[in-house]
Amino acid sequence: MNILEIRDLHVALTESPETAIVKGLNLTIKTGEVHAIMGPNGTGKSTLSKAIAGHPDYTITGGDVLIDGKSILEMEPDERARAGVFLAFQYPSEIPGVSIANFLRAAVQARMAEGEELDATAYYKNLYSKMDLLKIDRKFTSRSVNEGFSGGEKKRCEILQMAMLEPTFALMDETDSGLDIDALKVVAEGVEAMRGDKLGVLLITHYQRLLEHIVPDFVHVMYDGRIVKSGDKNLAIELEAKGYDWVKEELSAS
Amino acid sequence: MKPPTETLAEDVVMDNPAVGIDQSSGDFQYDVKYEFDAGTGLNEDTIRYISSAKKEADWILDFRLKALKTFLDKPMPTHWATKDLENIDFDKIRYYLASGQKPKRTWDEVPDDIKNTFERLGIPEQERKFLAGVEAQFDSEAAYSNIKDIVAKQGVIFCNSTEALREHPELFRKFFGKVIPTGDNKFSALNSAVFSGGSFIYVPKGVKVAQPLQAYFRINAENFGQFERTLIIADEGSEVTYMEGCTAPKFSTSTLHSAVVELVALKGAKIQYITVQNWANNVFNLVTKRGVAHEDAEIKWIDCNIGSRLTMKYPGVVLKGKRARGEVVSIALANDGQHQDTGAKMIHAADDTTSVVVSKSISVGQGRSTYRGQVHIPKHLKGCKNNTECDALLINSNSRTDTYPAITVRGDQHATQHEASVSKVSEEQIFYMQQRGLTEAQAMSLAVNGFVNDLVRQFPMEYSVELKRLIDLEMEGSVG
Repeated sequence: MNILEIRDLHVALTESPETAIVKGLNLTIKTGEVHAIMGPNGTGKSTLSKAIAGHPDYTITGGDVLIDGKSILEMEPDERARAGVFLAFQYPSEIPGVSIANFLRAAVQARMAEGEELDATAYYKNLYSKMDLLKIDRKFTSRSVNEGFSGGEKKRCEILQMAMLEPTFALMDETDSGLDIDALKVVAEGVEAMRGDKLGVLLITHYQRLLEHIVPDFVHVMYDGRIVKSGDKNLAIELEAKGYDWVKEELSAS
Repeated sequence: MKPPTETLAEDVVMDNPAVGIDQSSGDFQYDVKYEFDAGTGLNEDTIRYISSAKKEADWILDFRLKALKTFLDKPMPTHWATKDLENIDFDKIRYYLASGQKPKRTWDEVPDDIKNTFERLGIPEQERKFLAGVEAQFDSEAAYSNIKDIVAKQGVIFCNSTEALREHPELFRKFFGKVIPTGDNKFSALNSAVFSGGSFIYVPKGVKVAQPLQAYFRINAENFGQFERTLIIADEGSEVTYMEGCTAPKFSTSTLHSAVVELVALKGAKIQYITVQNWANNVFNLVTKRGVAHEDAEIKWIDCNIGSRLTMKYPGVVLKGKRARGEVVSIALANDGQHQDTGAKMIHAADDTTSVVVSKSISVGQGRSTYRGQVHIPKHLKGCKNNTECDALLINSNSRTDTYPAITVRGDQHATQHEASVSKVSEEQIFYMQQRGLTEAQAMSLAVNGFVNDLVRQFPMEYSVELKRLIDLEMEGSVG
């Protein structure tokens, strides 16, 4: 089992360090678990996931992020990735001229020891089996990464990358946004297929809808840079019924 | 002869990773004893020395002396080009260095120090693998020259310009200096005065040379000027692909490379000329390249410019015969401290001629790339087409790119199209790739490779692999 620990994490914008976004967040995710973080817009959900992945726009001003007891904050983004952290982007970047197959190949190669050569046949075999699993057409991999993709294609491409790179912890940033119900199902089925004791998942979502397809073990409500309420899947249903104002009211009452 | 001493690339690159163009393949130097050395500086005596060392005919000495005068008379073209040209000190350059030996026909005969140079650069391997012939030039003269029997038997001539002047004087004289006259520009005049080496190729009527011919140009001496002169004649209906590679080690003082390349594609002939240069970043690389395409002939320049302090090069095609076709595909990568001033010239001189220019430039850090294009379609012609596309990619905010396209079209029976774009590798893209486990350098390299991918696919396999490797090395060096 592996553990991702977020301890009293404080995150600010790199450009204006006085703007605190995450303000003392604690969360522990173990492999085998699916955690969902819900909350209204602007509470720091996406910032949390990007800061863990090492995005240069964000600076950690306090606290720590550890994998199996070891801090990852001194690591470059690529080192964190190779240490097992995968971020499924809300808005994935386009890389013109680089095919998905070549991009993933470079990413797989980057995880190998120096001097070790990638076995191309095995790589394609693996790639095609993952694509079948995610019901992705073979032609898809010869397209340039995310270039001209629909919202659904972009998210499917993220899930394919996740399946190929087999992370220990997947941070999924609003993977459901911009998806119609069919695309949502495909994405959810993909995540469900990968779910197991080797993967810990942090789902960041605004809506309960995704959680009907990927049923979380834990649900956390984030508000103003902190987790203010935690529970099981029923918390998500309650939230959907009562709205976020309910949490806000509860907070101000206490 | 002294044992070779080597300067290894690793030290140099480690010292200055930000500006270091990685020359790990080319950054080494051997001490070589030169039998002929024209000394530093340029005057009539230099020309006479070169000409006598090469045992040339009188007409060529006259040609050289006239060219020297033209060179001295012409001002430096700084009114439109960069002022950096003024930093070339012509008095400090050595214009001719040769070991005084004839080029060897078998690899074993090549002197060890020169052989080691080319072996480190992988020349013999390449020859065995896929080339129809190789010419390897070391400073001023060819050190090794070989053409496969099967190609020679077809009547193909492939040698260096020194040999061609001796052994094929009529053929040489008929075409030499006709495509690019001495006075075309200051540096073509300089080349005409002091040229040495370079390839001479003649492909007889109807002969299609299946495998490429290759030349390799190597500058080994400091303060040296390499002035090779290449002339390729493809007779009616023939086809040939020629590839050249260039390297020089990194010296503390500047080195000059000023070549002239003339191509003649007679009726229905096809010439493809591919350059991949990887000069150290203190080389002034000022090259004039032009071809004449006769009726139904086709000339294609593929030009990849990596490295050098300043490259000025605008391969051109004069479309002289009806339905002739000219194409320039160029890739330029300007890293810190480098300026790639490249482009293309298309001169339409007959009806129904077509020209295509595709230029992609990459500027990294303080690197600067400039596209200069000239397309000329006169009024009296009809049915001419030109398509020009120039795309620039910027990496890091300080890079600079300029585009100066000059398209002159007179008359109303032509079609021209011009497209230009500038894009930037964003921090977000780099982060995205890093998040997948690629290092920053790998991410930049992948972005650059993606940018040039559609062009590189047209290259022969070996060269596209080589180019990718050079881009990887360049990007590694540019991450601080």
